[in-house]
Amino acid sequence: MQFRHEVLDNGLEIVAEVNSDAFSQSLGYFVRTGSRDETTEIAGVSHFLEHMMFKGTPTRTSLDVNRALDDLGSQSNAYTSEEQTVYYMSVLPEHQSAALDLLTDMMRPTLHQDDFDTEKQVILEEIAMYDDQPPYGAMERAMEEYFGDHPLSTRVLGTRETVSGLTAEAMRAYHHMRYAPGNVCLVASGAVDFESLVREAAERTRHWEPATTDRKRIVPHPATAEVTMVHPPATQQYTLEYSPSPSILDPQRYVYRILASILGDDSGSRMFWELTDKGLADLAVAFTNEFEDCGIFGLYLACAPEQQSENWERIERILSGARTQAITDKELELAKNKVRAGMILASERPSNRLFSIGNAWLSRRKYETVREATENYQRVTRDEVQAAFEGLANRVQVRVSVGPEPEA
Amino acid sequence: MQQKLLQHRLANGLVILGERMPWLESVAFTLMLPGGTCREPTDRAGLAGLTLELSQRGAGPLSSRDVVERLDFLGVERSSHVSTFYTTMSMAAMASVLKPTLEIAASILLAPHFPESELEEARQSALLELASIEDDPAQKCFKELKQLRFGELFGRSSLGSEEGLEATELEDCVGFHSRFCKPGGSVLALAGNFDWDEVVRTLESLFSTWSGATDTEPGPVVPYRGAVHLPHESQQTHIALAYDAVPYNHPEYYRGRGIVGILSDGMSSRLFTEVREKRGLVYAVSASSHSLKNCGSVLCYAGTTSNRAQETLEVTVDTIRALAQGIDQDELSRLKSRVQTSLVMEQESSSSRSSQIAYDWMYLGRVPSRQEVLAEIHALTCESLLKHFQEHPPQGWTLVTIGPEALEFSHAVST
Repeated sequence: MQFRHEVLDNGLEIVAEVNSDAFSQSLGYFVRTGSRDETTEIAGVSHFLEHMMFKGTPTRTSLDVNRALDDLGSQSNAYTSEEQTVYYMSVLPEHQSAALDLLTDMMRPTLHQDDFDTEKQVILEEIAMYDDQPPYGAMERAMEEYFGDHPLSTRVLGTRETVSGLTAEAMRAYHHMRYAPGNVCLVASGAVDFESLVREAAERTRHWEPATTDRKRIVPHPATAEVTMVHPPATQQYTLEYSPSPSILDPQRYVYRILASILGDDSGSRMFWELTDKGLADLAVAFTNEFEDCGIFGLYLACAPEQQSENWERIERILSGARTQAITDKELELAKNKVRAGMILASERPSNRLFSIGNAWLSRRKYETVREATENYQRVTRDEVQAAFEGLANRVQVRVSVGPEPEA
Repeated sequence: MQQKLLQHRLANGLVILGERMPWLESVAFTLMLPGGTCREPTDRAGLAGLTLELSQRGAGPLSSRDVVERLDFLGVERSSHVSTFYTTMSMAAMASVLKPTLEIAASILLAPHFPESELEEARQSALLELASIEDDPAQKCFKELKQLRFGELFGRSSLGSEEGLEATELEDCVGFHSRFCKPGGSVLALAGNFDWDEVVRTLESLFSTWSGATDTEPGPVVPYRGAVHLPHESQQTHIALAYDAVPYNHPEYYRGRGIVGILSDGMSSRLFTEVREKRGLVYAVSASSHSLKNCGSVLCYAGTTSNRAQETLEVTVDTIRALAQGIDQDELSRLKSRVQTSLVMEQESSSSRSSQIAYDWMYLGRVPSRQEVLAEIHALTCESLLKHFQEHPPQGWTLVTIGPEALEFSHAVST
């Protein structure tokens, strides 16, 4: 296993974890752009653009792109989040050159008006699909409540209105600025020929024009808030709460991840034994979500509407119980073992390693082997977790609940 | 490395299969037992799932909490589920903890406590899971489709019914377990990094007191046709569609699967191209092969806003029927390279390999090698696919839609 790193003249960074014994390789362009980099008028453009990257290049039509992806036998896809947009494919090693050629070509799309108009319909379908699914927009609403005018409040998919109003021209301008080589990282894992990768990437991105990109890092100032939404067809009540936790750059994040696992993993946690195991809730979990300038400690409860209030009290009691029910050594050990095993098992596929390597490089410019990554958790002490736990008692809470019409 | 299937039958009838993947650090095993939903009494829909859940709430020397904590301590990833014919339990962990992991699995199989005190909690969990489907129209659509197509017995959901779950008593679970959790007729398939001789020795000792077999076989599955609409206040209409196809154990299965691949595998597939790329009608559209022993089906899904639902259904059916006009060489070669890639990548995951081995054994009574599957795929020609499509045209349609308005569908009656 070998880590390789190179920066091209145009500013494009290339990182790879080379494992010559692997059966496959994964390649991905990790772009440091997402919904937080959008203005209100173009909310949803990052995600819409992600779709448009499959819709044709100067040398390939949309159908050509899709056929070429399948020709390589690749498992390929893309996703957009608040902070990044990622395009990836997993192929057999002998297809490296062709895969790189295709993926690189896709990064400079033509954005034809016809394709843009058709794809807009697909995006609107995607928005409608999520609106019909639990928790019926509560997640987006909680982000808006929590972040207020902070850029992280922008919805990844945008809204029906912003997406309908988007123009191909605005998308081109956004692409020019955000997909500049200095804002993109080419990541590879598995059986990679790194020398060829660098040589061919340099050749194929020669025409990529540098541009200045930036991202505003702002500390959010959330205030406690509670919102109840009604979704008449719903049969269950879904409640989501966000409170502050460390950012992706803060070493304390490992402490909070362990804490979330002890309190609210979907199996074996305090919330599991108190709610899910007893058949009081379909789901009751805690999680962290980290960004460059801040993080969120999240709670999620799905249960029958008439049990919501009592269940939430149970969760509250767990979260404010640091003094009376301190974290035990056994809980810490179990959480560490669970995280460690999960990471090692997942790392057997190069396609999973791609995301660990790409995310770490894009957010922190850091490479860690799987062992090093697991050690970050092994180092966490009981006192650190206990201190974070005690801090939860006075947390700022932004809570959004959605369910059917309350019974009169 | 040459692929080799290791095989051993314990004296009690349990079949143990193994495929070594020494380049991995992990090992995974999948246990398939014949206790599926089709074995439930009519008034106990949900019994199989409840029995499985309860069997893990304390077993052998371990309490309910001990089971979870011990598995977490060992770093074991696990899942279990019930399907029409089987109860399946899977675990994956680092190779070094295989033995203690097998010990826990053996306790669950051989010595579950079935604590009276936990029945109510397990029942409430099951009822909540069942209720949550009401809020997920896409999933509900498939649940209803299977029920309509495969009937009360074979189309029963693993989540059961409210009445069935409410009526279930502890002795039902104990009885179901003792009747269907038997070594004869079951399989344990391992894949990953393990020592075969040691595994066999361990299992011989762990299962030395286990005996018996599930002797009766469920009857044949006969699919029904028809169309049902369930009104729902949603923006999208969810369309779940099924039609007849050859099952997994049919000699021409790979031809049928190849046709489904042309329809739905990859971004250049027919459905993705016609329904999403050209017309922008949907975000999600797909088709997949589904087998219930002797009964094969193709299951399709599309979700679209209601005013475009009729058009989406028509384009979907037309796209399927248009296969009769021929298949291109290019399409077929893309299909072949996709299959080849996924077969190579299967070697990267002990979990997916172990579940494939168990599934193959139960459905085929043998485990085809990668070479054999590749040879089958390479032998496909445009002509053989077309001929298969003509001999097995889409018919016996079943349709379920969920959304604001019903759709018109003539294929339900005329085939």
